[in-house]
Amino acid sequence: MFAYATPLIGGLLIGTSAVALLWFLGRIAGVAGIVWGAISAQPDNAWRWLFIVGLLLGPALYHTLTATPYPVPSALPWWQAAAGGLLVGIGVKLGSGCTSGHGVCGLGRLSPRSLVATITFMATGIATVYVIRHVLGAM
Amino acid sequence: MKAIIGLLCGTLFGIGLAMSGMTDTAKVLGFLDVSGDWVPDLAFVMGGAVCVTLVGFYLVLKSKAPLLGKKFLLPGTRIIDGRLLGGAAIFGIGWGVYGYCPGPALSALVYMEQNTGIFVVAMLVGMALTNRLTRA
Repeated sequence: MFAYATPLIGGLLIGTSAVALLWFLGRIAGVAGIVWGAISAQPDNAWRWLFIVGLLLGPALYHTLTATPYPVPSALPWWQAAAGGLLVGIGVKLGSGCTSGHGVCGLGRLSPRSLVATITFMATGIATVYVIRHVLGAM
Repeated sequence: MKAIIGLLCGTLFGIGLAMSGMTDTAKVLGFLDVSGDWVPDLAFVMGGAVCVTLVGFYLVLKSKAPLLGKKFLLPGTRIIDGRLLGGAAIFGIGWGVYGYCPGPALSALVYMEQNTGIFVVAMLVGMALTNRLTRA
């Protein structure tokens, strides 16, 4: 099979989920926005919490049914997870979206804002990994 | 009914993330490491997903309302400002520091790794903190 079949099919499923959410509920499948809506107790919230439950249920089903092993755990230290998480949280709130909101959904509806955001976070992500791996020489 | 759609869409999204390898930080960081041993997987994930949303959103938005609601709730802002750029820049740095963005981090909780739990808690703290500081 084509070497990148699983990333491609996975991407098609993610896109299908986003289209279905817009079609049925009229909502954008931006995970950061859904999570924020859920924890900040927006009205009519059940669908958000269940979307999050689904985000965990999906991988559980996938790994069990296809007997695919879990990814190898990251060897990075806990404080790097904490720093990454904190920056991601600050960034999605300021920038109003993440990879799914701006990347998958925003680009899908040809939003100039989302295109600028996506190019920006791709660029700083690439720069960050470059600095960590090739300047600082860490993992 | 809306809740069931939420569950089904979330599950489909989660299957997509796991299948595509986005719950594997090594693949994400490998994609961002363009000058190293480049891992192109994420390009196929994003490419595949955007192909579907480009066509799907176009068709869906031809109708006046969603199937289970009064109207489509789309972000109305069109302004590209420092807040958008700064936020996206900070988000990208955080993504590159550990290799997770919000969706994959939540999905990866299923693997029961301590670091993923730490990442998710820190992310929620970052969101809440930013909300408090920017609302004042």
